[in-house]
Amino acid sequence: MDALRRIMALIWKELLAILKDPRSRFTVLGPPLLQTLIFGYAATYDLNRVSYAVYDQDRSSASRQFLSELDGSGTFRRVATLHDQSRIRSLIDDKRVLLVIQIGPDFERRLLSGQPVDVQVIADGRNSNTAGTALNYVAAVAERFNEAWSRTHGGQPPPVQAVSRSWFNPNIETRWFMIPGLIGMLTLVQMVILTAMSVAREREQGTFDQLLVTPLRPLEIMVGKSVPSILIGLIQTTLVLCVALFWFKIPFQGSFWTLYLGVLVFLIAAVGVGLMISSVAATMQQALLGSFLTIMPFALLSGLSTPIANMPREVQVITLANPLRHAISIVHRVFLEGAPLQDIASDLWPLTCIAFVTLSVAVWMFRHRLS
Amino acid sequence: MPSHLEPRNDGDRSRMSFRRVRSLIRKEILQVIRDPSSIAIALVLPVFLILLFGYALSLDVREVPVALVLESPTPESNEVAGAFMLSDYFRVATVTSMKDATVLLRDRKVDGIVRLSRDFARDLASNQARVQMIVHGVDANRARIIEGYVRGALGSWVSRRAAGRGEASRGAVGIQSRMWFNEAVNSHYFLVPGLVVLIMTLTGALLTALVMAREWERGTIESLFVTPVRAGELLIGKTVPYFLLGMGGLLLTVGAGRYLFHVPLRGSLVLVVGVSMLYLMVALALGLLISSATRSQFVASQIALIATFLPALFLSGFIFDLAGVPTAVQAVSYLLPARYYVSALQTLFLAGNVWSIILTNSAAMLLMAVLLFSLTLRKTRKRLD
Repeated sequence: MDALRRIMALIWKELLAILKDPRSRFTVLGPPLLQTLIFGYAATYDLNRVSYAVYDQDRSSASRQFLSELDGSGTFRRVATLHDQSRIRSLIDDKRVLLVIQIGPDFERRLLSGQPVDVQVIADGRNSNTAGTALNYVAAVAERFNEAWSRTHGGQPPPVQAVSRSWFNPNIETRWFMIPGLIGMLTLVQMVILTAMSVAREREQGTFDQLLVTPLRPLEIMVGKSVPSILIGLIQTTLVLCVALFWFKIPFQGSFWTLYLGVLVFLIAAVGVGLMISSVAATMQQALLGSFLTIMPFALLSGLSTPIANMPREVQVITLANPLRHAISIVHRVFLEGAPLQDIASDLWPLTCIAFVTLSVAVWMFRHRLS
Repeated sequence: MPSHLEPRNDGDRSRMSFRRVRSLIRKEILQVIRDPSSIAIALVLPVFLILLFGYALSLDVREVPVALVLESPTPESNEVAGAFMLSDYFRVATVTSMKDATVLLRDRKVDGIVRLSRDFARDLASNQARVQMIVHGVDANRARIIEGYVRGALGSWVSRRAAGRGEASRGAVGIQSRMWFNEAVNSHYFLVPGLVVLIMTLTGALLTALVMAREWERGTIESLFVTPVRAGELLIGKTVPYFLLGMGGLLLTVGAGRYLFHVPLRGSLVLVVGVSMLYLMVALALGLLISSATRSQFVASQIALIATFLPALFLSGFIFDLAGVPTAVQAVSYLLPARYYVSALQTLFLAGNVWSIILTNSAAMLLMAVLLFSLTLRKTRKRLD
């Protein structure tokens, strides 16, 4: 009972320390909101504006029909109409256009005589993923053009048609993937640094020693340091979740209880990582370095920016120790797929292990340093 | 050394003293050596990060696990199945019913389903065959790439079949594409220069984010103020050692990109070093500004993290192209230095010395460096009066 009272007092003191300073209060609540909004729009692989230049050597009604199909798609913006090849290089080099589309002089003649004809597309490959997406869009336009052409010119339809559907994200929008993922990403970044720095600060300022001469046991100090961070993490999660639901209107398929259970375990693991860093660091500079050294690999190897399936097998195994990977997987599965509790068990138990290991190491290190 | 750092003469006749600057630099270097975490930030962190991410990050989708539903094996459907199995792009699991396939998709054992229905052969004879495809859409970028692969595999099977049967080809438009600067479509080519930016952003801001705040917190800045040291000299003393450390890290990462990951360096190395020096100045100045404005290591570390790492990851063009982003968000991205460095570096690595891009981006970075340093100077000088 006494222990509980002591811990409560420490938790209260910690919350005050974080929320009393208006700047620190802002850094806890403002950024998650702003970042979700900004990154929600920015972090997308979808292209809604592809600037292109065209060099139409045929200038026939067929080529015009092809180009109007392109312009009518709403995605393509014609920036320049070329009359020779000389400007292609500089248009692409200067990033004025992403694509240059060249239509050969025999475009219409070949189409009318039932021969296949190629449209040449040059793409700026400096970002090959963007270029690939843009080329896919052109291919889709060509497919639509072919359909229209064979309908009006009595050609045969293609013998096989692919009909595709996408589960859990019917319009294949990157935003649906990214924004729920930000719940894990943003809270991880702040949780780790908040916990690591708050202990490091007490160390550096000598107040940690004062804590140690109080009746508080090391374990109680740890709990007192963790709970406020976890509470702040829950608030941040809720903020990001609200933006996802009410601003971006991404449909929530699962149960909030399951989601929050997963998030809670994740937060404990994240705080464990922060405490482990602070138990090793002697100065705030070292704590900051330690936080970065863990946050960056966690963030980049979480599957959010590049898929885990694309990584080499050994790295895929390493990512199993990454709490963010499991958190993002839980959020995606509950949010978009509506997964029940038993389906996220495969991500919950690794998170529990991570929390257990990091917290034990932290407690051991604190004890060890004391003696 | 940028001469704009030199403080104006505020009615004081003392000029910038090289002796004082030199001893400040010496003091800072000693501090770096005593707590080697700065050396770790500048030299060990970049190498560790570029090795890890250079090998791990890739947007090139290969060996996609797909479930192929063969409802009734006919010569035609087996032929299609063969085309999928022989392709490097897929790793095929063959099942006989849609039910089995959906279980696999739900458990994420496969990323997509391709279904050849019972009537595939019959419909094919009458040119009306439909192939149903379902992709797991959560990872949208991957889903779209997979969709493209499946269409491509089907399309090439159709044209091979037509050619094999000696059928006349149809009058149809195809796309012949060339990807300039990256013909082999290797995502490392743009991810590695982007990583250099991310790493430099971090090391730059991390190196200086705490140094001024530390002096304020420990009260040592007061002792500095009673010496003849001027604010500008103090800033130079705080910048030079970390600048040198940062450049060391930069050369290591660029070298790793070029020789370990074989990203072509088509522009000149001198220009790469030049724009990197500019960017490093911006990053260090940003760290110094945060540090002197907050005067608290705790707040400075949080702001440094929020202002550098995530924006450099999401809002710089490193992975996500900025062309399609709403105007308001684009406007925000113009405030971020990382955007200019990404653009300059990707161009220098892959396209070569395109002056229009390099000059505009360098000018933007130069402007930011000047602005940030003068702001920092002002924040530091305030207390001096």
